[in-house]
Amino acid sequence: METNNIHWSALWVFIFFFALVTIMGFWASKWMAGPKNKGAHLDEWGLGGRNFGTWITWFLVGGDFYTAYTVIAVPALVYAVGAYGFFALPYTILVYPIVFVIMPKLWHAAHKAGHVTAADVVWGRYKSRPLEFAIALTGVVATMPYIALQLIGMEVVIKALGLTGELPLLAAFVILALYTYSAGLRAPALIAFVKDIMIYIVVLVAVIVVPAKLGGYGAVFSSARDAFALKGGATGLTLKPTQFLPFATLALGSAMAAFMYPHTLTGIFAAKDANTIRKNAVFLPAYTVLLGLIALLGYMAYAAGIKVQTNNDVVPALFNGLFPGWFAGFAFAAIAIGALVPAAVMSIGASNLFTRNFWKPYINPGINAEGEAKVAKIVSLVVKFGALVFILFLPTKFALDLQLLGGVWILQTFPALVFGLFVGWFGARALLCGWAVGIVGGSWMAFADGIKPVHTFVVGGDSYTMYTGLIALAMNIVVAVIANLALGKGSQPALKQS
Amino acid sequence: MSTDISSGKGERSYLKALLLLPFIALLWVPFYNTETPELLGFPFFYWYQLLWVPLTSLIIWIVYRDGLKKGVE
Repeated sequence: METNNIHWSALWVFIFFFALVTIMGFWASKWMAGPKNKGAHLDEWGLGGRNFGTWITWFLVGGDFYTAYTVIAVPALVYAVGAYGFFALPYTILVYPIVFVIMPKLWHAAHKAGHVTAADVVWGRYKSRPLEFAIALTGVVATMPYIALQLIGMEVVIKALGLTGELPLLAAFVILALYTYSAGLRAPALIAFVKDIMIYIVVLVAVIVVPAKLGGYGAVFSSARDAFALKGGATGLTLKPTQFLPFATLALGSAMAAFMYPHTLTGIFAAKDANTIRKNAVFLPAYTVLLGLIALLGYMAYAAGIKVQTNNDVVPALFNGLFPGWFAGFAFAAIAIGALVPAAVMSIGASNLFTRNFWKPYINPGINAEGEAKVAKIVSLVVKFGALVFILFLPTKFALDLQLLGGVWILQTFPALVFGLFVGWFGARALLCGWAVGIVGGSWMAFADGIKPVHTFVVGGDSYTMYTGLIALAMNIVVAVIANLALGKGSQPALKQS
Repeated sequence: MSTDISSGKGERSYLKALLLLPFIALLWVPFYNTETPELLGFPFFYWYQLLWVPLTSLIIWIVYRDGLKKGVE
């Protein structure tokens, strides 16, 4: 079934939708430009004018949180290991109570002072350049491989269309880069509507039609059960007792890290008020239902008798195998567009960080808002080009490893960003010490384990396996507390926010 | 609780504690790590977790409504 033939009907549908969102992307620069438009200003390019209401925020945050890579990788993991791969489900449920409690406060802090990035918020509170730099650097470094993963998602579906070579990916990327440059955050916000509606259609059709063809969900689960029984190891429809702790800590740690990323925060800062964010915490779980169903595609592949060499090919193979060409093309377009939206928001988030927290403090302190927007636009091109080079010249595994490490790293910004919103006790130097220990400790554990997301402790003969990021965060917090006690009042925040 | 219209400054929302429920329900993994009872062909492990999606939404909504009444900024 491996073939180099181009699936023409699928390809034409794919091209049609890709062209559609390209036009929308360029048109988007004029969209939602309200009476408060500040013209050439970073708030306009980088945050869409800070004017997005509940609906747009829902699509935008959902669109950049549930990425093409999710659609490809979650079913692939579930296909490979079964129940363990489902940690994505509790992860994307638990993230919303966290968003509900933390993000409206963060929005307030950012809105009052005109902050654009997480590092801006940290600077605003602690007035510490080193801490600001640490937070900004972590954000940029953690985002780059994440963008690369979006490209991998796109690469997988382009391959499934029967196209070979790197030219199609390059073309898709140039288009993405150009309309993000011209329209800023408005482009992915507008395209997110199309992307989400397409993904919803694809998933609803898949979860109804596929089991109907394969004999119902009972049959889907039982063929997966048989396949895992044959495969052996730590796989199955339920977890092995040794997987309980890694499953729970991965879910919790990922949920805490999710909205520390520049792209998810960009969606939060672009909301027009705090209430918009609270309402979104109520309604965003609708995407999680979708994620749970998408994950089940991994099991459906067993019922459909799909065999793939690379786990990531499982979803495209399922669509190619069970649906007519035009619908497979529609599904692939949905996934590819599902890569464009987050990739655009990620590059914007990283550019905002670069502009506000590297360029402004160290290179051109006198820069005005118009200059900031200019710098950010150019940096967004550089960031995307960097990710592309990454994918074209480095092995895919490297991007996966780095993204995994990125998760561990970004989680270490949690104390600096969040603690100050609730307690005024921590000082900048203590938080910086905690951050450094978390980053170094987390990276060290990850490298020692051969870049795995979990680390095993042996305590008195019993071994405990946990998410590395969460262990590093615990170290981070302990060190921050001790350092704060040791450094005393000298490290208190310079400005008390009320 | 709808009769509670006092607008005390120090009024705390105890309903916020409800937000802890999803964490307990989903992080206590051994509780739901079974295949039975099945529902519509879904093993318990799967439909239980999926059930917590609307439940979590509902809980956040209850806390949100409560916050609106108390005029949370």
